[in-house]
Amino acid sequence: MSTALAVLAAFFVAAIGLGLLARRGRDMSLEQWSVGGRRFGTIFVFLLMAGEIYTTFTFLGGSGWAYGKGAPAFYILCYGAIAYTLSYFLLPAIWRYGQRHQLLSQADYFAKKYDSRALGIVVGLVGVAALVPYLVLQLKGLGIIVSEASYGSIAPSTAVWAGAAALVLYVVVSGVRGSAWTAVLKDVMILGVVVAIGVYLPIHYYGGYGPMFRAIERAHPGFLVLPARGMSPAWAISTIILSALGFYMWPQYFASVFTARSEDVFRKNAVVLPLYQLVILFVFFAGFAALLVVPGLAGADADLSLLRVSKATFGAGAVGVIGGAGLLTALVPGSMILIAAATILAQNVYRALVPAATDRSVAIVARTLVPVVAVAAVLLTLRGGQAIVALLLMGYNLVTQLFPALALCVGPRRMISAGAAMAGIVAGELTVAAITISGSSVASLLPAAPQIVKDLNVGIVALFVNVIVLCVFTVARR
Amino acid sequence: MPGTRFRRYHLLVLLPTLGLLGGMWFANRAEPFVLGLPFFLFWIVASVVATSAIMWVVWTLDRRQPMRGGANDGAADEERSP
Repeated sequence: MSTALAVLAAFFVAAIGLGLLARRGRDMSLEQWSVGGRRFGTIFVFLLMAGEIYTTFTFLGGSGWAYGKGAPAFYILCYGAIAYTLSYFLLPAIWRYGQRHQLLSQADYFAKKYDSRALGIVVGLVGVAALVPYLVLQLKGLGIIVSEASYGSIAPSTAVWAGAAALVLYVVVSGVRGSAWTAVLKDVMILGVVVAIGVYLPIHYYGGYGPMFRAIERAHPGFLVLPARGMSPAWAISTIILSALGFYMWPQYFASVFTARSEDVFRKNAVVLPLYQLVILFVFFAGFAALLVVPGLAGADADLSLLRVSKATFGAGAVGVIGGAGLLTALVPGSMILIAAATILAQNVYRALVPAATDRSVAIVARTLVPVVAVAAVLLTLRGGQAIVALLLMGYNLVTQLFPALALCVGPRRMISAGAAMAGIVAGELTVAAITISGSSVASLLPAAPQIVKDLNVGIVALFVNVIVLCVFTVARR
Repeated sequence: MPGTRFRRYHLLVLLPTLGLLGGMWFANRAEPFVLGLPFFLFWIVASVVATSAIMWVVWTLDRRQPMRGGANDGAADEERSP
């Protein structure tokens, strides 16, 4: 137990140390702080972009879905691959425009492209509304990982406060450089840990992958294919499409585009990232192996499957290393979220409302906001109940609503007016909120529809409303 | 797309999407096992590997094109109102 604690503490200290060192005497203007002075090379941009693959959601949720739901978990592998093919064309165009106009945030991009400060504020607020629950998810995951890996000797709430304090410290000092440096440690660790347990567990308990899947198929017939209803092929296809469109709409990944030194970085990434994300496969293997080894984890407890099967298999030192890797999966995305949220609030809300603000004062506001956002997220993590889960489901749908307005302005010619873009986004977001708060599904909205329609991800409805409103506004103006 | 002018081979990038989304229907079965994986999972993994391969082909062909991302593309990228 104390071995696991010591290993966890070592990772924690190493992450903070790297995060602080990353500054290396640089003068931190807002451009340095938010987008690394636009000087990041292939490796750093790759690691920031790969940040999306290994958040605590993939570490805990990926294995949890494989354990609790089976084949529907595979959708996680699919949407990334599709998003990367899109990114090959999308990101170089966004990068060029950002370079020319010195953009720092996603909201900057919309404000400049549509020449509308108001649209920038709307996009910024949507982004922050989606980012905060995402940060809460990372902190919740961090609490679970540390308390499990320390064999209960550190309470989740202690871990959440300590994690948030570490984030604030190195984010304020080093900005996105801190994220990039800690991401190096994180990716090395997670690759090693996940591949090791994903290879070892199936062989150790079952004698290989084939025998493991045979045993699962015998114990739970139909577990390895999509069911005919519910999480059916129609559900999977609609969910994959929505997630692929929303993938780069997350403000922190959108902003990481601006850190790159050249546009060819994104084309290289589009080649390598699909292969790289296959490491999630090993997370699935760990979840599947846990299914018959540590059975009985129901509901949200399924997310503990990877850690529980590891504790049942390995000694305290190894559990500490696994927990340390998990800790890093929360810190890196968490730091990117904090930077993106603070940049948006300072650059797109504060500066828009106080046009006389100097660059220096905007930079100070951004850094001052970091602890504010972090404390708000900690309180939501510790106090929030079911509302958080609803917010979280909403987060993905919220950012996906930005896709139509982006797709219609990314080319050389903008296709719609700022008014139409804003109307579409607002209508889409209101639909997302109404659906989430009422707990609607397509089945409850259209009880007479055929099963294939009923199984569609309800996010499709909001995107549909968004596009219709956008079209109506565009046609009406002409 | 600015900077990456459309070429016919760019249509190749649609293949992964078709393979993955179509696979939800026609590859959704456990048998036969391939490389120890149930067929459905094998299909998805193979499609993801193919995605990298296809993107590599497209990138390689693009790099052979002259004038990609040149100064003209930058000028054409200026936004115009509808």
